[in-house]
Amino acid sequence: MKYSIYAFIALLGFLGLSLMNVNEYIFFAGFVILQFVVLATAWNILGGYAGYVNFGVPAFIAVGAYTAVVLFKSISAPLVVQIIGGGILAGLLGLTVGLLTLKLRGIFFSIATVAVVFILETVVMNWRYVGGATGLQLTRPQDLWIFDTYTRMLFFVMAVLAIGSVSIARYIQDSFLGRGLRAVRDSEEAAECSGVPTLKIKLIACTISGALMGIAGAPMPMYLSYIEPTATFNLNYSISALGMPIIGGTSHWIGPVIGALLLATIQQVVTVTVSNELNVLVVGVLLVLFVVLAPDGILGLIKKWKQSSK
Amino acid sequence: METILEVNNVVKQFGGFTALSGVNVNVHKGERLGLIGPNGSGKTTLINCISGAFTDYEGAIHFNGQDISKLKAHERTKRGIARSFQIPRPFSSMTVMENLLVPFAFVGGKDGPEQQAEAMEILRGMGLADKAFVQSNQLSQVELRKMELARAMAAKPKLLISDEAMAGLSGNEVDEVLEILFDLNKLGITIIMIEHIMQAVMKFSERVICLDAGKIICEGTPENIVKNPDVQRAYLGD
Repeated sequence: MKYSIYAFIALLGFLGLSLMNVNEYIFFAGFVILQFVVLATAWNILGGYAGYVNFGVPAFIAVGAYTAVVLFKSISAPLVVQIIGGGILAGLLGLTVGLLTLKLRGIFFSIATVAVVFILETVVMNWRYVGGATGLQLTRPQDLWIFDTYTRMLFFVMAVLAIGSVSIARYIQDSFLGRGLRAVRDSEEAAECSGVPTLKIKLIACTISGALMGIAGAPMPMYLSYIEPTATFNLNYSISALGMPIIGGTSHWIGPVIGALLLATIQQVVTVTVSNELNVLVVGVLLVLFVVLAPDGILGLIKKWKQSSK
Repeated sequence: METILEVNNVVKQFGGFTALSGVNVNVHKGERLGLIGPNGSGKTTLINCISGAFTDYEGAIHFNGQDISKLKAHERTKRGIARSFQIPRPFSSMTVMENLLVPFAFVGGKDGPEQQAEAMEILRGMGLADKAFVQSNQLSQVELRKMELARAMAAKPKLLISDEAMAGLSGNEVDEVLEILFDLNKLGITIIMIEHIMQAVMKFSERVICLDAGKIICEGTPENIVKNPDVQRAYLGD
């Protein structure tokens, strides 16, 4: 109940902010930060709860983004339909990838997910309807709902998606599914022998995780008014999506939120003040530091600090 | 006596190595069966075939009259087969109580206050009630062994397989675990015990089966087994 109230207040806050007379760049940067909240949260459902490291994040984002493009170009589908379509197809990709790869464990699963990125990128590169290798320019529709600009509307939409994703991750954590996924992470064999249908719950997690990544990618073409495969399939998304939960802490739904808000904000500041290229370096350096010095992330540090101060 | 488990002509190969070659075992309801054999004799492989960790074997396994040969481990657990592991495998990110709630949730379908009370009762029976809310990675070796048995009990098994639950324990601790296994058997649970500590096997088992090089070399009462020349040869060599 308490969470629902906080989520509702946050939603009202985002709505209020997007209607306020403030610098437009806040919404431009805020969209990216919130998109990373969705991505990190989605990644953590499989990677954090179950311990299956998915490096194929760009594939899921791209399926969301390109589904949106196809829906927009073919039937002028509104944004909501684009997002739902992107989520469904990315979820189906998650299910398919899961069926093909989730019998593999550890590094083999991770490698298989990277392969999906390259396969889909090759397909898109050769698909002229969506612009092929050169990309596609898109004209934003005029439908702005109650917002002054399209960017403000997209910011609010992404805020809704972020709150929705976090709510789903929180629900999973507290459900049978979350308990089962944690058991899988700790010992898959013991989980199976404790009655946990390990393959089934991993598939569910992979599908939900994929769908959420897809919905994070769906508004991207409209955000940029442009889409092209090299940027969409950029593996930096994988680094960020796994780095953020690891830095925040993978054991709890709030970890990826903390990691994403922190890292994506730093990235945005670095982009504006130093250079765009330093983004990945920031994530990389922080990731190495946390893996070595605080493998349980910021949440782990807080827990330790609380224990030592007792 | 009614048979609860039938292992019929099970053959398990790892590449060119035959770990089990045509093993036949019948286990009776409520029985305490000891499974012994030197290292590499195929004991754990047989247990893995029974519990469903391996399903790619030849032959058939029937449990309570039903063919379970192709069932996955979690499906076998739901039918009443639970096990502990040679090397303890706690869900280390969870407390002891949470470890028990996993089978309660996935086998029984509920993990509410009633199940928590039931889990506490199981832990009390194992002498672990005071550790219920301790992180399982902070338990001692004997506590881990007990917790594994408690977690297996939370799946409400008809057949419990204890895979070297006493390995690495002191004499007193072995007695503690033995007492627990006796108590569980009194509840009507059939128990297969794999153990290297022969005193424990002899004390606990009503019947003992000895495996060597993937074959059953003899079976009988504990008294007869220790005198059997094949068993002595398997353990001590020619």
